[in-house]
Amino acid sequence: MSAAAQARAAGGRPGFLTLLVANRLAAFGLALLALLALAALLAPLLPLAPPDITDPARRLLPPLSKGHLLGTDQLGRDLLSRLLWGTRVSIAVGLSATLVAAVAGSAIGLVAGYAGGRTDNVMMRGIDMLMAFPYILLALAIVAVLGPGLMNALYAIAIVNIPFFARNIRGVTISLAHREFVDAARLSGKGHLRILLSEVLPNVLPVIVITMSTTVGWMILETAGLSFLGLGAQPPQADLGSMLGEGRKLLFNAPHVSIIPGLMIFALVMSINLVGDGVRDVLDPRLKSGALSRPSAATAVERTHVPAMPQAPSPAALDVRDLRTEFHVGREVYKAVGGVSFALRRHECLGLVGESGSGKSVTAMSLLGLVPTPPGRIAGGRVLYRGRDLLEASQAELRTLRGGAFAYVFQDPLSTLHPLFTVGDQVAEAIRAHQPLAFRAAWKRAVELLELVRIPNAAERANAYPHQLSGGMRQRVSIAMALANDAEILVADEPTTALDVTVQAQILKLMGALQEEKGSALLFITHDFGVVSEISDRVAVMYAGRIVETGPTDEVLAAPAHPYTRKLIDCVPVLGRPERRLDAIAGLPPAVNRLPEGCAFAPRCPHAEARCRQGDIALEGFGPARAVRCIKPLGARKAEVS
Amino acid sequence: MLAYFLKRIAMAVPVLWGLTVIVFLIMALIPGDPATAILGAYATPENVERLNRQLGLDRTLPEQYLIWLANLLQGDFGRSYSLNRPVIDEVLERFNATLILAGAALLLCTVFGLLAGIVSAVRQFGWTDRIVTFFVLIGISMPSFWLGLLLILVFAVNLRLLPPSGMYAVYGGGDLADLLRHLVLPAVTLAVVATGVIARLTRAAMLEVLRQDYIRTARAKGLSERRVIYRHAFKAALVSVIPVIGIQAGFVLGGAVYIETVFQWPGIGRMLVQAISTRDLLLVQGGVLVVAASYVLFNLLADLAQHALDPRLKT
Repeated sequence: MSAAAQARAAGGRPGFLTLLVANRLAAFGLALLALLALAALLAPLLPLAPPDITDPARRLLPPLSKGHLLGTDQLGRDLLSRLLWGTRVSIAVGLSATLVAAVAGSAIGLVAGYAGGRTDNVMMRGIDMLMAFPYILLALAIVAVLGPGLMNALYAIAIVNIPFFARNIRGVTISLAHREFVDAARLSGKGHLRILLSEVLPNVLPVIVITMSTTVGWMILETAGLSFLGLGAQPPQADLGSMLGEGRKLLFNAPHVSIIPGLMIFALVMSINLVGDGVRDVLDPRLKSGALSRPSAATAVERTHVPAMPQAPSPAALDVRDLRTEFHVGREVYKAVGGVSFALRRHECLGLVGESGSGKSVTAMSLLGLVPTPPGRIAGGRVLYRGRDLLEASQAELRTLRGGAFAYVFQDPLSTLHPLFTVGDQVAEAIRAHQPLAFRAAWKRAVELLELVRIPNAAERANAYPHQLSGGMRQRVSIAMALANDAEILVADEPTTALDVTVQAQILKLMGALQEEKGSALLFITHDFGVVSEISDRVAVMYAGRIVETGPTDEVLAAPAHPYTRKLIDCVPVLGRPERRLDAIAGLPPAVNRLPEGCAFAPRCPHAEARCRQGDIALEGFGPARAVRCIKPLGARKAEVS
Repeated sequence: MLAYFLKRIAMAVPVLWGLTVIVFLIMALIPGDPATAILGAYATPENVERLNRQLGLDRTLPEQYLIWLANLLQGDFGRSYSLNRPVIDEVLERFNATLILAGAALLLCTVFGLLAGIVSAVRQFGWTDRIVTFFVLIGISMPSFWLGLLLILVFAVNLRLLPPSGMYAVYGGGDLADLLRHLVLPAVTLAVVATGVIARLTRAAMLEVLRQDYIRTARAKGLSERRVIYRHAFKAALVSVIPVIGIQAGFVLGGAVYIETVFQWPGIGRMLVQAISTRDLLLVQGGVLVVAASYVLFNLLADLAQHALDPRLKT
């Protein structure tokens, strides 16, 4: 295990260096950089030949010659010695240029960001102008004016890098300039300069350091470049670039004279870049964790619980058994769906209800492997459709089913429709994915579908981009897309949540009507019992990854059996009954990586007892058509009597 | 689109104007007296004064600038004393060669950078990704002038496959095939760093886009993975990569200075280096202005391309 993981396991937050060293490439870069820097630093102490002593009798010796490990140059000077001395110069110049650029750029950024207004505007327009030049060209112009020479090259490179610092530092300063501690300092009568230096600068320093670490490699490269062109170091002074430039004339008969200094520049810059990348990774851990990982085309299936296949094929359109979906983030396992079973009958609408984080969306996504992996993983269960377990389906099978027999409508149509394609194009594409139609025919069909979902001027609107439509219109487009191939099963994941109430009602009515007309089964996911009551025949209530109650909608609404269902229903405002208090449920749903033993709702339940917190509580029958996962369901006595 | 096009061009004008101010100021800041520099240390004060008047140097700085700008606008960039011909003629001739080189390099780095970035993102953490990441790291750390020398050694000296320098063969060349043969090595060398930068950003942009909800929608529609990646994800990623390609145009135009020197390509970069060593400042000034202006133009193109691709930017 890496050092970072060990540190994390030990409970402490790993230190910056620990993390940096744990990154293998960064560690390599750091080691290489340390080695090169040390060699350059110790050059005067090492037993080297003097770098500037010429020896015409021993000129252009190849590497590994006696007494000259790397050979000699055109004047018989020892290359190894010159290389190390040249590295000293190159590093010194690169670092100095970085410092000059950092000081000047940061000063501009601080003042512009702190002063704001016109000062900021004028300064930043000037910076923009500098950036309108190709980088190296500006350096050349400056050297042209100042004349060739190492110091002038240093200034030129520093000047062209000022804009990077100015921009970065200004950005941070602006965000600090009106924070409380700065205001407090101002009120206490401190002068602007003192505030900048004592309050703002310390907070901006990390950004300055990061910008330096990312630009120093470039600066070394560019000063070497100017020297290579003969505009930097002038003989007898030599840096790596001028060694390379002079050696270039001997490329054909003594290539080592130019290749070796170039290799040194390369090693130097690469090691700095490696360390810089490592620093960035450590400071922005998002890049390393699963968050930026590319989701694969289908969820990974690694089942540990696999229920037996039923003997007779299920009469339901879709039969889900003991479905388990987990998210693996680092060492944590989030059991988002912890054994969900339900059957979606033909032509019916099943409402899947629960708070956000209850696992209802993940359940829906898991059916066709749409949960992103990493970090998602299906850890158990079966999804039975026409006697086939979809969790065993191949990629190709899944693709045929997705958008074919199964169609999805997602929550926020602005983010779920592609922003760069017209809506007609997107609907037509859905059609063409499953039907052998030419583009024109598919487009015609797409317009018909848009008419079907009651989009006015459908033929014209088909040419619109999603951002040009209203939220309700966009959701109609999503629905049209889902209807494209007469799906047997529609999965609607909070399709009305992002919409305002009147539009919500229209969309619900539309979906209900279309479902009836097309005869498809509808799995309707929502957190809102009000919505459920309008559209669904049956309802399944989810809490912390499991179904806690299920039954016909009107029965459950009239007499909820699980205390959680009761609370959810109480959350729905009822028109004309202002005396009903909107009861938010106290407390938060449990974290699904640390589920309590027993009933997951017990910590928030007003009726919880000691036995609620022990063992697994099963989903048991409650009356003829219902089931509930509770030891003492509400209204139990009444149910027994009837 | 046309309205935006015109507006965007209008916005480029102040930038171009700013370029002339900066170039003028840099040149005006030259220490020493130009007349003395031209006439030599033993010039009489009368001669110096007469020349100053001839050059317009007895006027105020703003006046000098306006006269200079008026001349620029009429295509008068002055006369190069080292070449003894109008700066504009020399610059345009050289710029042609640079445009061929930079254009080829820009094409290469765009195509290969995008491809490498996509492949790398799609095979994230796989071997292809590691290999691409490795080469990207090497590419962006490599001094291009050194890489050029290496390529000359391998392909021109050892393998004798390609010519080591120049734009056309001295004898019998001059056709397109000859130009292309000469173009390969410098264009590849010039493209390497930019390819690395574009590949890196494309990878990051693709990874960002692949996590978006609309990609899930594309998958939920039953589209093939190839269509999801190359149509849906790539188009969205391209929108954020295009400005970077525009910026790379600047690095390619600037980097041409090194590459033209290494490969003795008769472009504007090599001209600039020569002009600096002969202190032919009018030539430097003309070259810098033309290259900087073309960079503004490249960025304008990138901006328009991005605009054409992303309907959200049309308002």
